[in-house]
Amino acid sequence: MEDDAPVIYGLEFQARALTSQTAESDAIRFLVGTQSLKFDNQIHIIDFDDENNIISKSVLQHQAGEIWHISASPADKAVLTTCYNKTSESRVVTCGAVWRMPPEWESGSHESPDDPHNSHNPQNLELLCHLDNSSHGNASCVLWEPMGDGKHVISLADNHALLWDLTESSTQATISSSATLEGKGQLKFTAGKWSPHHNCTQLATANDTAIRGWDLRTMSQIYCIENAHGQLVRDLDFNPNKQYYLASCGDDCKVKFWDVRNINEPVKTLEEHSHWVWSVRFNHSHDQLVLTGSSDSRVILSNMVSISSEPFGHLVDDDDLSDGEDNHQDEKTQEPLQDSIISTYEEHEDSVYAVEWSSADPWLFASLSYDGRLVINRVPRALKYHILL
Amino acid sequence: MDGDICATATTPPDSDPARKRRVHGMLKLYYGLNEEGKTVDQAESMNPCDINGTHFDPEVYLNKFRRECSLGELMDQESCMVKQIRSLDSDMQTLVYENYNKFISATDTIRKMKNDFKKMEDEMDCLSTNMAAITEFSAHISGTLQDQHAQITKLSGVHNLLRKLQFLFELPARLNKCLELQAYSQAVSSHRRARCVLQQYSHMPSFRGIQDDCHAIMDKLAQELRQKFRDGGSSAKDLSECVELLLQLDEPAEELCDKFLIHAQSRLETNLRGLEAETDILEFIDRGCNEFVSSLCLVIASYQELFVNRPQEGNLASKNIPQMAIGKLHAFVDAMATCYFSLVERRIQEEKSVGDNSLLVRALDRFHRRLQAVAKLLPGSAVPSQGTEIVVRAARERIKQYLAALQSFYLDSLRDVRQALAAPRLATGKDAPASLPELLSSLSASILNQIKSVLASVHLFTAKDITFSNKPYFKGEFCSQGVRESLVVNFIKFVCQSSRQFCESAGDRGGSTPPALLLLLSRLCLDYETSTITYILTLTDEQFLVQHRSPVTAVAALCGEAREAAQKLLKHYVKVQGLIISQMLRKSVETRDWVNTIEPRNVRAVMKRVVEDTTSIDVQVSLLYEEGTRKAHSSDSSKRTFSVYSGSRQQTRYAPSYTPSAAMDTNFLSNIHKLFSERIDIFSPVEFNKVSVVTGIIKISLKTFLECVRLRTFGRYGLQQIQVDCNYLQMYLWRFVSDENLVHFLLDEIVGSTAHRCLDPAPMEQSVIEVICERG
Repeated sequence: MEDDAPVIYGLEFQARALTSQTAESDAIRFLVGTQSLKFDNQIHIIDFDDENNIISKSVLQHQAGEIWHISASPADKAVLTTCYNKTSESRVVTCGAVWRMPPEWESGSHESPDDPHNSHNPQNLELLCHLDNSSHGNASCVLWEPMGDGKHVISLADNHALLWDLTESSTQATISSSATLEGKGQLKFTAGKWSPHHNCTQLATANDTAIRGWDLRTMSQIYCIENAHGQLVRDLDFNPNKQYYLASCGDDCKVKFWDVRNINEPVKTLEEHSHWVWSVRFNHSHDQLVLTGSSDSRVILSNMVSISSEPFGHLVDDDDLSDGEDNHQDEKTQEPLQDSIISTYEEHEDSVYAVEWSSADPWLFASLSYDGRLVINRVPRALKYHILL
Repeated sequence: MDGDICATATTPPDSDPARKRRVHGMLKLYYGLNEEGKTVDQAESMNPCDINGTHFDPEVYLNKFRRECSLGELMDQESCMVKQIRSLDSDMQTLVYENYNKFISATDTIRKMKNDFKKMEDEMDCLSTNMAAITEFSAHISGTLQDQHAQITKLSGVHNLLRKLQFLFELPARLNKCLELQAYSQAVSSHRRARCVLQQYSHMPSFRGIQDDCHAIMDKLAQELRQKFRDGGSSAKDLSECVELLLQLDEPAEELCDKFLIHAQSRLETNLRGLEAETDILEFIDRGCNEFVSSLCLVIASYQELFVNRPQEGNLASKNIPQMAIGKLHAFVDAMATCYFSLVERRIQEEKSVGDNSLLVRALDRFHRRLQAVAKLLPGSAVPSQGTEIVVRAARERIKQYLAALQSFYLDSLRDVRQALAAPRLATGKDAPASLPELLSSLSASILNQIKSVLASVHLFTAKDITFSNKPYFKGEFCSQGVRESLVVNFIKFVCQSSRQFCESAGDRGGSTPPALLLLLSRLCLDYETSTITYILTLTDEQFLVQHRSPVTAVAALCGEAREAAQKLLKHYVKVQGLIISQMLRKSVETRDWVNTIEPRNVRAVMKRVVEDTTSIDVQVSLLYEEGTRKAHSSDSSKRTFSVYSGSRQQTRYAPSYTPSAAMDTNFLSNIHKLFSERIDIFSPVEFNKVSVVTGIIKISLKTFLECVRLRTFGRYGLQQIQVDCNYLQMYLWRFVSDENLVHFLLDEIVGSTAHRCLDPAPMEQSVIEVICERG
């Protein structure tokens, strides 16, 4: 069973920001934001044709500045947020904004990706509203309410977490509540994640080496994992199926899995990367699959069976199992549950700052390195069938 | 004969003693008595002219004379011969006369004897008649005395009977008296003598009366004996006497056994109670041996004497007594020994101080030795084997204690080293690095010494003069499983494991473990891998003659573990040191406003600090690790290569900025560049040499620098400052690493990335940079 070769797409600019188009459940589509100080920045919409192994792209201009973080609305395919650097009068400010993609981009891109007209005159994003936080400092990321109606976002700016309400058309944003991290020195949120559990009332943030949980109803801290990592925490992700489980990664080259009910010790620690781990993502459907990207230029896919919600390697609520398959399952339960590295992907040659699962195909993921290389990979087939059957 | 006489006749008759003897000799010759004459005879026999020889021939002799001699001579010869014949004749006459006298006296004697015999015959006849008369008389007398004799016999029988009866009648009184005098044994023997008779004639009322009396008295006596027995105040000898008497009195043996044992038990228990007060182990065991064990032996011996080895004389219903008694004895001894053993074991467990093992071993030896006495006395008993088990358990426990002691010693040593590492830095500042190898050697030596002394202590268990050392456990399992595995191997494993724990516990937040300690431990583990483990194990095997009957940990496995630990420690050292430098660099990049910075005039202080720290790390590592190999340097590494990228490379990088299709080219070029340069593993495995260690640290630091730079935005002067800083690092760092291209590459990346993140990329002239850097 040969696995398909990875598909590589090169951007002209350096890039850090990657997201899958969350609201899209049919097409495999990723959004990449570029970083360039000298040219107009772009958002690349990358469509992957799984059957033909072909990538098609379309480019939207993001003239506001270089993009540090990108996030797609879970409700409206066309709506997204970015965090971008704005330089003015030798001052660099990072802002957040909500954008709408022009309606024509889809038709234009699919006709001919190499159309000179298209590339020379790329369409602009339509600004819906600024998440105006100049009073609160530099935005590090903007988070959409998971599975929400696209009306709520949180932005993390320096030491503030701001909850915004968007109007129906998303053209106006108002701060509904906020929380501030108080403490010695210059505290700054480096990463955050909105929990999809508990009715979306919880938020996890990272600052320096600590991970904090927040209750959004009261905007108060509910837990704090001091020294979660030896050094800076770079990213967080919630297990989509186990409400108390959280993954974190950081500059100590480790990936840690936490049960937030018991924050003294991580449930599990992975130490496979040889440099800072910048991104960690649970697979949306099969949470034993964990993807990590690191500045050692590697992407690692791990199979964390022992702490997954599917301890036997397949979905618990799988109703249509025939008897034969049941027997098969029994055989599998006899195998020891062992966490393992499924694969290490070495297609990148520069630091990998972002990895993301596709929202449409649970067996497919993309990773983005600083030199602008986007690699689309699949979970090895053998493992896929092992999990499914 | 004729010749003889002739010769004699011819010899002149001179009568000197010699001649007389010769004549006597001749007579002897004649009667065949001669002995000495034989040889003469033989020598002269052949000569027919010898006048004294047997072969004398008168004719030859005469002829010879006639031929040889003159007439005168012949005349002389003749007269001489006549003289000799005459003397011989007279000799013969004398002889015959003498013999005749003897014949006469012999005849007289015989005649006298004949007369005497006749007289004697008469006397004998007289005697025989007298004897016959006596016989007759005697028969007569005995016939008359017959009646009286029978009467006397009867009377003496009656007398005996009466004596016995008297004994019987007196018996109660006598017994009473004995009772009063406490002469129990006499009473019992008296009673025993009378018992059968009394039994036999018990149908007669008078005897029954006596019997009843006796019974009553004996009951009382038995009562008293029992009382005495019960009181237990008496000595063992008294006691055994008591028991013997009671047995003779048909007391049930079982009951006696029980009582005897109960009594013995109370005494032994007081012994045991006395033991509990003892503090010193040796005294404890001594006292245990001398009091408890010897009393126990005494009890066993007297018990056996009393109940088991009794001659089966009595017709007591005693068929089963020995068996029953032995069974009881075993149960008793086992029970007592269990009490004793539990006491001993508790005491041994209290023996925690590991200072002097010989005391404990000696105590155990004594303990074990004394139990052999019990084994001899009571062959089937489980006591000695239980004793051996206690010794074995004590030995095991001891090994555990030694392991714990070794471990705590090791940890203490580490604490000392840690303090030594910390202290001089506070005091003088520069002594610390110098003493690193000394610390290592002293640490390693003291651990080795400790191991040796522990081995020596443990070795006492197997010394030849120790009785239990030839038990199979001490010959086999103790050596291989106990000493080698549980003690030595476990300790080595502990060293490795505790070293590894340093990596784990200190993993977060830089850790509290001083990096120098990590380095030192890593070297220690490496030394263990290369030599120490082999040495220790060989030493152990030799000292204990370990026979590997059961599977043991291989040296290679231990070495592997040590190497792994060393590797991990070194890696952790690199990580920790790298982190320290990284943190400096990160803070320096993060906290500065790079857009609005001023034109660089100096190398930033943090860079100098980085170089200083790297240098001191280099020194520190070189104290413990070898130099290692590096690629050949170019003649002027610090400058030449740097100018390459700051000159030509940079131009190719920035040139496209002014053309519209620029971006593609930049990426293309940088990708091409990366295609040919090796991938850099930032946290790659560290080798055991200085260059590799320092290279690892520098790699980590520079990579951090790179990542931090990429997160910032720079102004023109920001870029120039980074250029200056990188040039400075280049000047000093190349010499530390194995491959200087690595430093070039990373610094190149940093400057390149900075240029990318620069709003107004206008690089500084290389010459200016160099001037600034040289100024420091």
